[in-house]
Amino acid sequence: MIDPALLIASLMVASTPILLAAIGELVVERSGVLNLGVEGMMITGAICGIAAALWAETPWAGFLAAAVGGALLSLLFALLTQVLMSNQVATGLALTLFGLGLSALIGQSYSQIRAPSLQRIDLGALTDLPVVGRLLFGQDPMVYISLLIVAGTWAFLRFSRAGLILRAVGENHDAAHALGYNVRLVRTCAIAFGGACAGLGGAYLSLVRVPQWTDGMTAGAGWIALAIVVFASWRPWRLLLGAYLFGGVTVLQLNLQAGGFAIPVQYLSMSPYIVTILVLVVMNAGRAPGSLGRTFHASH
Amino acid sequence: MTLKHLLAGAAMALGTMAAAQDDPVTVGFVYVGPIGDGGWTYEHDRARLAVEEHFGDAVETVYQESVPEGPDAVRVMTQMALNGADLIFTTSFGYMDQTIEVAEQFPDVKFEHATGYKRADNVSTYSARFYEGRAIQGHIAGQITESNIIGYIGSYPIPEVVRGINSAWIHAREVNPDVEFRIVWVYTWFDPAKEAEAARALIDQGADVILQHTDSTAPQAAAAEAGGVYTFGQASDMAEFAPMPRVSSIIDDWAPYYIDRVQAVIDGTWESTDTWDGIGPGMVGIGEITDAVPEEVRTSALAMKDAIASGEYHPFTGPLNRQDGTPWLAEGEIADDGTLLGMDFYVEGLTGDIPQ
Amino acid sequence: MIALERRPQASTAWTWAAPLMAVVLTMIFGGLLFAALGKDPLVAIRTIFWDPLFGEFASFYRPQLLVKGAPLVLIAIGLSFGFRAGIWNIGAEGQYILGAICGAAVGLALYPSEARWLIFPLMIAGGALGGFLWAMIPGLLKVRFNANEILVSLMLVYVAEQLLAAMALGALKNPEGMGFPGSRNLAQWDSSVSWIDRSAGLHWGVLFALGAVVAAYALMARHVLGFQIRLTGQSPRAAAFAGVRPNRLILVCLGLAGALAGLAGMFEVTGPAGQITIDFNVGYGFTAIIVAFLGRLHPVGILLAGGIMALTYIGGEIAQNQLGTPAAAIQVFQGMLLFFLLAVDVLTHYRLRLGRKAPAPAPRPAPAPEAAE
Repeated sequence: MIDPALLIASLMVASTPILLAAIGELVVERSGVLNLGVEGMMITGAICGIAAALWAETPWAGFLAAAVGGALLSLLFALLTQVLMSNQVATGLALTLFGLGLSALIGQSYSQIRAPSLQRIDLGALTDLPVVGRLLFGQDPMVYISLLIVAGTWAFLRFSRAGLILRAVGENHDAAHALGYNVRLVRTCAIAFGGACAGLGGAYLSLVRVPQWTDGMTAGAGWIALAIVVFASWRPWRLLLGAYLFGGVTVLQLNLQAGGFAIPVQYLSMSPYIVTILVLVVMNAGRAPGSLGRTFHASH
Repeated sequence: MTLKHLLAGAAMALGTMAAAQDDPVTVGFVYVGPIGDGGWTYEHDRARLAVEEHFGDAVETVYQESVPEGPDAVRVMTQMALNGADLIFTTSFGYMDQTIEVAEQFPDVKFEHATGYKRADNVSTYSARFYEGRAIQGHIAGQITESNIIGYIGSYPIPEVVRGINSAWIHAREVNPDVEFRIVWVYTWFDPAKEAEAARALIDQGADVILQHTDSTAPQAAAAEAGGVYTFGQASDMAEFAPMPRVSSIIDDWAPYYIDRVQAVIDGTWESTDTWDGIGPGMVGIGEITDAVPEEVRTSALAMKDAIASGEYHPFTGPLNRQDGTPWLAEGEIADDGTLLGMDFYVEGLTGDIPQ
Repeated sequence: MIALERRPQASTAWTWAAPLMAVVLTMIFGGLLFAALGKDPLVAIRTIFWDPLFGEFASFYRPQLLVKGAPLVLIAIGLSFGFRAGIWNIGAEGQYILGAICGAAVGLALYPSEARWLIFPLMIAGGALGGFLWAMIPGLLKVRFNANEILVSLMLVYVAEQLLAAMALGALKNPEGMGFPGSRNLAQWDSSVSWIDRSAGLHWGVLFALGAVVAAYALMARHVLGFQIRLTGQSPRAAAFAGVRPNRLILVCLGLAGALAGLAGMFEVTGPAGQITIDFNVGYGFTAIIVAFLGRLHPVGILLAGGIMALTYIGGEIAQNQLGTPAAAIQVFQGMLLFFLLAVDVLTHYRLRLGRKAPAPAPRPAPAPEAAE
């Protein structure tokens, strides 16, 4: 009935936008900042991506512009929360509102235009291998790039000195400050990285998945990315699992329907969120970065 | 001061103004989605522009996009009425109770509610017989499929969508007894990512024709990517995906109706009516059938279109049984509109249940 | 070099001046935005801020401000207790949905009874209880398992949205609705309607919102619970010494927020919205978070902030309607307003200081975690 290899292959594609946005948010949260504006940055990336891709006639320009656009928008968040010490929850929500509006405003002249899309990689014989061929060697390049970003983030956080500093800032910003680290700078860099990744995730939607610009096309993907970060308890590899779980439930329920099974769609759709809550409970939440969501001010 | 007093005052002011000068007729449009959705709202707005072009300075239009179905819609309609709209089109089923409510407050303003069933002296309803277009889609789909599996992306399990599925199914099976329908409900009118996913799931299940009752072009793109899969445009022509995968389309063409109704207001002949038009009057358009469809299929499809347009053929003509095998329409019997409007059953041969 | 120095106490002058400054800045930059879109900036600003209050049809728009503002204020008041104590419930949207579902379900179970004296109070209780119980989930998980309440309450919003869809398509679907999703219209049923005077924009939710403002003011200023909340926000350790039981406080704060959000949902579904539909929730629960902050978590401030938010919504609609500004421009405008409010807020708590002080202080023990601000 349902071919597992095909299911996993389409699950990987479905999960890529949320995976990209989530890995960025993971770094942001590990630095102790909670940015609820992922949705706004994603959709800004989506419009920047398609505009640049149409202008330069190559999707790669689109992805570059999306990363830059997402990062620029996130720097607004950094300015407010890091320099002007505004509340992160409220600022993040405002960022989402602003991003949705801004993208729709820019996007007015881009509806109904097809974007230059990415081709799937074709490694000839390898791609034609049974079962694993399509899975491992037949995806589009962004799927591999997103996996590389996850691996790179893992290595960065685990092995590099900069990663250590970032984690220290996230666990206890006062202590990190006392040790002479520039808390604001570290966090601003993390926020910009998060914005760039969210932008890439949005561009994946407008350039590969859909591929066209439509108002509000992220349709809540940014919020799912936030859930995945929690599900993963702030660990990059678990994030991969989480993204595939969340993306997978959507793909699975559609496939089950297509296969002729009657299923309670709504109850299945809420299951990953309930699983996330269970994960939070089981993990005892002790893993959340110590300074998450707190405003930092170097008191003299 | 109550609203009624205020309105009386406003009406008097308007009356004196109208006497003093020949004001253009103001027409308001309430849209449920953004104009850039590329489907439902996009076509309503194209019709609004057609009204502007047709009447020139004699008519002024105002619109509001992305109006949520609920209290915000009441305010938007009231606002339009207060600002002197003479005729207001509310273009989504979810505005039904709200339209009636505002219409009670403004007896002199005419309202036109799309796809609903509640009317009043100053509220008309209008909708299109999209199922006529679905019949043609089914006729083409049944002949071009090689896998004999046709995928169908449904939005919500409501009569309009069920009607479309039945119509497409009847005409696909008529030309291809081996054909099979796979139906996926996505519970949204518009969510590009999810629609793309649904199309992929259907393609993975072996479908090589995808019919959609959702508004974005994402399924078209998914089909283009998969290759060798046929699709049909929905609500809008979606011509940017022609000639493959999009081989034809159902186009909502509201322009003739809107122009007609605005003219009626200008002439003072507007009356509350219930309009349910199809291909004949031009409310449902069939987008160009591309070269990807074999010549003889295209010819017969166009013949069917003409037969439906002239009223010679009705897509729901007996003998037809319900899914459970009980008879519905006898030989030569034509479905009545009441049954069609509330259609909550599949016809014989379709598998699966309508979700409740 | 400009440095920021924390004020020992929030500046009273800036507490009032900052929002005004933000509004002025938004008008300037928003005006530039409208000018860039080819609209007359002065007309656009006047349409948004002036017309709903004093324009030609203000007698229609003013009541609408109540309709739009009431749920925001009701939810934001509930959230403010927790935010002051450092308890972060950002799932008010979910609690709002559950309040609507439970309130509507109680009423619809008794349809078509005419005993309003029984049904309407039962529905109010059902709405409050629905929101309360939904908020108890993050509360109990926090108390029992130390699960982060920000994240649990956020996750529950999505669960609530799916539940809402399931209800609109299933259990609560109107049996006479021609198969379309959505419940019966509760605003058209005499036993359940929450409207008091429709043309005045007055429904029970408005009265409850005003009552909540007064009650919250009294609670924070006079009651021992208010003292405990403030103390916990300022210094949890000091609060513990003063005998505050943190777990109890968490449950009280979340429960209050949930119950008020649930009430807001219930009044919305029996009044302005009328029906349980798939898209019933339009983000009041999230906007209320912003309102709570704009109002500085103070009951009177929240009332004013709720009014300003409602004003931009309604003024924005008028601008769309009359000037043809795209809906997106209004969203950008609202985003700007929030950004500026959040940005100038810094002046309330910090003082600008020119010239550079010696950096890198000796490490001091971390001060108590900062209060919500």
